[in-house]
Amino acid sequence: MEHPIRSAFARARSEGRAAFVPYLMAGYPDVPTSIALAQAVAAAGADVIELGVPFSDPLADGATIQHASQQALAGGMTLARCLEVARAITTSTAVPVALMGYYNPFLKMGLASLCERAAEAGVSGVIIPDLPTEEAEPLIAALAPAGIRPIFLVTPTSSDQRIARVLATAREAESGFVYCVSLSGVTGARNQLPTELPAFMARIRAQSGDLPLGIGFGIASPEQAAAMAQLGDGIIVGSALLNAYDAAPAGKGIAAAAELAGRLRAAARG
Amino acid sequence: MQTNTESPADPNDRFTDAGPSGGTRTVPDQTTSRSLPDAQGRFGPFGGKYVPESIMAALDALEAEYRAAQADQSFQDELRQLQQTYIGRPTPLYFASNLSKLIGAKVYLKREDLAHTGAHKINNALGQALLTRRMGKRRVIAETGAGQHGVATATACALLGMECIVYMGSEDIRRQALNAFRMRLLGAEVRSVEAGSKTLKDAVNEAMRDWVTNVATTHYIIGSAVGPHPFPLIVRDFQSVIGRETRAQILAAEGRLPDLVIACVGGGSNAIGMFAPFVPDSGVKLLGVEAGGRGARLGQHAATLTYGEPGVLHGAFSYLLQDADGQVIETHSVSAGLDYPGVGPEHSYLKSSGRATYTSVDDTAALQGFELLSRIEGIIPALEPAHAIAELVAMRDRGTIEPDQLIVINLSGRGDKDINTVAPLLGITM
Repeated sequence: MEHPIRSAFARARSEGRAAFVPYLMAGYPDVPTSIALAQAVAAAGADVIELGVPFSDPLADGATIQHASQQALAGGMTLARCLEVARAITTSTAVPVALMGYYNPFLKMGLASLCERAAEAGVSGVIIPDLPTEEAEPLIAALAPAGIRPIFLVTPTSSDQRIARVLATAREAESGFVYCVSLSGVTGARNQLPTELPAFMARIRAQSGDLPLGIGFGIASPEQAAAMAQLGDGIIVGSALLNAYDAAPAGKGIAAAAELAGRLRAAARG
Repeated sequence: MQTNTESPADPNDRFTDAGPSGGTRTVPDQTTSRSLPDAQGRFGPFGGKYVPESIMAALDALEAEYRAAQADQSFQDELRQLQQTYIGRPTPLYFASNLSKLIGAKVYLKREDLAHTGAHKINNALGQALLTRRMGKRRVIAETGAGQHGVATATACALLGMECIVYMGSEDIRRQALNAFRMRLLGAEVRSVEAGSKTLKDAVNEAMRDWVTNVATTHYIIGSAVGPHPFPLIVRDFQSVIGRETRAQILAAEGRLPDLVIACVGGGSNAIGMFAPFVPDSGVKLLGVEAGGRGARLGQHAATLTYGEPGVLHGAFSYLLQDADGQVIETHSVSAGLDYPGVGPEHSYLKSSGRATYTSVDDTAALQGFELLSRIEGIIPALEPAHAIAELVAMRDRGTIEPDQLIVINLSGRGDKDINTVAPLLGITM
């Protein structure tokens, strides 16, 4: 049986569109709302959900996700509780969940224990922005028996040799997709994405074969989603959804995030 | 008696080689730091490169440039020339006779407080600024806690005509207003960091975010022996001038190596610079002193090696102060320069191998050390090395000092910057 994340990308491709991968922070603004947000974006057509694990020092994140992380931690969020949120999502929707978080909380739980508990919660993938392939061997070894797939990142500053290395590791570990970071910088909604992006994606495409490519960082509008869908097999949107939630009047946040999710998904026609 | 091919009169002849190149040694090279880190940037299990993919290429390029600079005589000549004429090296190794009498041993102080800008930080900042120019980059970023590394980096950038941006927690800007002003005077831009605890750890996060964004044009001059490989290696090497000089100076003065070398440890750059050249001398005990703050409870101190456990922060696997969920905790120390929840990976290695030992002294003892050295030697130390002075006093009180013991303390910086912190604690209104 094909892995759920691969299946989700394959299904989107067969429908002539890019997979839509929203990111939400577990425990932001609180546990029940983060579950309700996930269910709402699932209903709006999410293909995969990235579930953020809050960390005290999110050095690859911009203001939106830093704030969400801080508030989730202030609300008592832990990795164990994130796994409960994941379980609530995977048992109430059909959408595969990938955890996205910094390495130390995973390491602290113990990689074997983490993988066992994550599998039990129905988690399909793991993305760790501060774990380059050079340091990923222990994680890959721990994930394999749990049936969870690591997802690695490539960036515009990655040389062709580094891209080859990441793709080889992704192929070896049967990654769900490769996370292509659209820009040099941290996460966060941007008005404009770099003009070099098509050339960057072409560099990856030249080596990636049938590995699905997801594009993330900076995507905020349906127009950008449509443009990115021409270049990648999936689009990843986080900060813009959290911003939509935050900007809405009290009680309307979930609907606002879901509405944006629906427009992003509809725009991401391949 | 030991012999040494390094001439005590010219302790400054190399910057890459942490030890003598061929003299007869009574102690064989064993745990030599020179072979570490390995190709993966590891000191045993510690170190590595736990960073976003965006900066992996920059780390590779930095390592290549550093290796090239090591082999480049003109680079070394320029560095040595600036160390001598600009920083004022070699700094003196001073026999502290009053302190020696009080303690009941022979105590020497390595006077890094007399280096230009008032602390050892300039050794690394200037070295890395020269590397930055070599890489063709013109924009430098740095983090700072107490402000000493920020001032040193701003100084080096002023000298070499480079743009300099220093990230500093807003709480630290308040505590260290003088240093923030000095940086601006030197032409640097000081960016206030409002995130998290608004101290050093958050300044490092913000500098990393800047680097991820501007890596093509920018070099990040990390101020301590922390961060991803090759930073712990580069910072150690540039700071090792301290230990190399000390080793030659003590041999000249006493005809033998010290029994004990003491240094304070925050991130650990002054300590690793002092320790590294002594690591092969197994008869020399190495003692690091951390900030015990207000007590042993998590959150009340910054004694990472004393109370922490290994984890990943700011690019390296090393000892870390963290909670049961792996979140990094906020620290406390009277000394802003030691107020950091991580520590350099080589110190974690020296601890686990047993080659060095680490302890901590609390805020009160450090303040007493600060006052003591001021009164009996006429030297106002920074609060950071005041911790090392305090440990020496504590050793005497415990009766663990031997009469003919030869002890060197790295006096890593001067205390002018700390006057505004210390005065209210001593009940003095300025």
